Amino acid sequence: MQTELIAEARRQAEICNACRYCEGFCAVFPEMHADGTFSDGDITHLANLCHNCRGCYYACQYTAPHEFDLNLPKALAEVRHASWEDYAWPQPLARAFQTNGVALAIALVLTTAALFLAIFALPGDGDGFYAALSHGAMVAIFAPAFLLPLLALAISVRRFWQDMGGGTPGWSGAFGSTARMTNLAGGHGEGCNYEDEDRYTQARRMAHQCVMYGFLLCFLSTSSGTVLHYVFDAPAPYPFWSLPKLLGVPGGLLMVFGTVWLADLKRKSDRHLGHAAAWGGEMAFIGLLFLVAATGLLLYWLGATALMIPLLALHLGAVLTLFLLTPYTKMAHGAYRLAALLKHHQS
Amino acid sequence: MSEHFDIAVIGGGNAALCAAMTAAEAGARVIILEAAPKPYRGGNSRHTRNFRCMHRGPLGPLIESYEEDEYLADLLKVTGGKTDEGLARMVIRTSEECLPWMEAHGVRFQPSLSGTLSLARTNAFFLGGGKALVNAYYRTAAKLGVEVRYEAKVTHLAFDDDKVAEITYETGNQTHHITPKAVVVAAGGFQADLDWLARAWGPAAKNFLIRGTPYNRGEVLADLMDQGIEQVGDPTQCHAVAIDGRAPKFDGGIVTRLDCVPFSIVVNKNGDRFYDEGEDVWPKRYAIWGRLVANEPDQVGFAIIDSKAINLFMPSVFPPIKADTLDELAAKMDLPADQLRATVDGFNAACGETDGFMPTELDGVATSGLTPPKTNWARPIDTPPFYGYSLRTGVTFTYLGLKVDDRAQCSIGNRPVQNLWAAGETMAGSILGQGYLAGFGMTIGTVFGRIAGREAAAHAN
Repeated sequence: MQTELIAEARRQAEICNACRYCEGFCAVFPEMHADGTFSDGDITHLANLCHNCRGCYYACQYTAPHEFDLNLPKALAEVRHASWEDYAWPQPLARAFQTNGVALAIALVLTTAALFLAIFALPGDGDGFYAALSHGAMVAIFAPAFLLPLLALAISVRRFWQDMGGGTPGWSGAFGSTARMTNLAGGHGEGCNYEDEDRYTQARRMAHQCVMYGFLLCFLSTSSGTVLHYVFDAPAPYPFWSLPKLLGVPGGLLMVFGTVWLADLKRKSDRHLGHAAAWGGEMAFIGLLFLVAATGLLLYWLGATALMIPLLALHLGAVLTLFLLTPYTKMAHGAYRLAALLKHHQS
Repeated sequence: MSEHFDIAVIGGGNAALCAAMTAAEAGARVIILEAAPKPYRGGNSRHTRNFRCMHRGPLGPLIESYEEDEYLADLLKVTGGKTDEGLARMVIRTSEECLPWMEAHGVRFQPSLSGTLSLARTNAFFLGGGKALVNAYYRTAAKLGVEVRYEAKVTHLAFDDDKVAEITYETGNQTHHITPKAVVVAAGGFQADLDWLARAWGPAAKNFLIRGTPYNRGEVLADLMDQGIEQVGDPTQCHAVAIDGRAPKFDGGIVTRLDCVPFSIVVNKNGDRFYDEGEDVWPKRYAIWGRLVANEPDQVGFAIIDSKAINLFMPSVFPPIKADTLDELAAKMDLPADQLRATVDGFNAACGETDGFMPTELDGVATSGLTPPKTNWARPIDTPPFYGYSLRTGVTFTYLGLKVDDRAQCSIGNRPVQNLWAAGETMAGSILGQGYLAGFGMTIGTVFGRIAGREAAAHAN
């Protein structure tokens, strides 16, 4: 772990612990004040518990130009990103993609090109998309591309869990606070400080939940398609009044809407209250989520036209990039944050 | 540039903002002249954390009830009776309606902070502290059309008989003149002007630390008193507490407090004890220790504890100096080792039975035959590692201020100034003659800020 970042976060946490004015904002402060000692594991836990709502920064009497120079959201963001890079395997991949938007774009071009090649090289065997790329080929590409990175992420998060001290996870508390994103609600329920300095708004909380629930709906849509295919022998394409479409279309719309909103908020926010160097990588990741959702919707709309082949290649390329890079992009934050919440809600 | 304002509010903290918002809601065109730059706006309100509030039943974050007579009794206890009871009762009674007003103007509250359970019934804590309150008020004031000038240093109020005729203020090297119909002064005390403090208290004051804003230099207060505006409060006194000696000269705020004294012995730079460290629980004694330390050589004290006591108090932001022997600790703290050892040995020998030790209450575990005695929590200092903290006098506010009536109006000679009102620390001496009650400064500021804003707006309209 990067000792300088941990040391700076610890210096700031010790000042916070002697002040405690921010106790009501989020889970970080009660966790911080519980025993007042800050091992490396404790600091990493706090860093991943922090949702970067920035309430504590704008309320702080010790921010620069004060000599204490507190900027806790930034200090924790930097430890948080460093922890994702350190726990990731292999580490160089995380270092490349967490902060670097260009690397993500190159990965996207490569996966899309690979999908084009696959479409032209391999025969189709069915209707709709399967006319371009067979079901068997899709499974052969996407099953390992989904499961292996997930396994890598699981191993990383398990190490994080152990460094936090392990124990019995607090399931209901953690899922409850994720479902409502209570740590972006500011303690009073009026939201966080993000796009307009110290004004509380629900914008970021709402935008995040649009993306999160949109993604979950799309994931459920794909899962329902898998069940229909294997259990009910009902292969794609599906009509509008079917589970995959009824879950996927609203999910895709939510993701498109949410990612545009998030990117706009991120553009307006002060990047020096987060990990400024990761701004490009995070924006690129939001762009990737947008692309996954937008191309999915476009495929539904234009799937019967000549645009189907390039759209399919782009959509599958984007999905492949998202899957393959799950442990190495902002996508991983969900797993780490959930683990931090499971720890926080432990007893 | 010609600017026309009905009301000028001098100062940018809680009282100033309450006055500005109230006046703007009454239809007045208001300008705030804040001496500090934007990041430091809000005066000492930036460092506050709660508001002491009367309530006849559960109210907002406050539990049970806290009625007028109990509140007043608490106040009289700390001021030793040096209180204007009429004004105090008015402030206390009005505090109850202030809390919902504060919420309506953007302030959000939180449950009593960990380590402050004793205040859960009497004091409403601001979510995020005083700076969050100040931020919320600036947002509300902006919505109400209040103009704000930062780094606007008021240098002079020109009088025309019993009326303020013109205000002169500077921004950078520009001088501005405005002629508002009414003026509210809410510019705090003079504690950040160390020369003034040294003239009032004595040269020792140069060694004091100022816990709050460096911008409360009393320029407006001095200008008004020079012109015969009536003053109140002991001009030589300030409210001071014992804080960590390593705190910054200015603006250290809450985190510099040091709560270890009751579990320690405190020596001066010669290694000698000078007062009963166990006289009472710390919240009732920290102000006395500000004065005690001020009277010792170089205005510094050293609290010494051992490993038995290290986890009994809220942590200071500065880690203690730690050593395995008293000699090593003396060397690290620049104390005479022989004398420190002699003081500790003498103290340890005077300690008796310690089984009744109870850190949270007056336990009567006392020394015998020792001068000065330690009358509670007296346990031998004998279990290494040993820890030491230095203590210095930290000034919170000054008592000298403008005398106001129950409508916050200032006076000159025996008559009111027609268009001058005061609120907050600038006039708190009208109510608090000595001592301090946690959260009462914000109560005075809110109550009198609202009155001053209302009266000034009525005059301007």
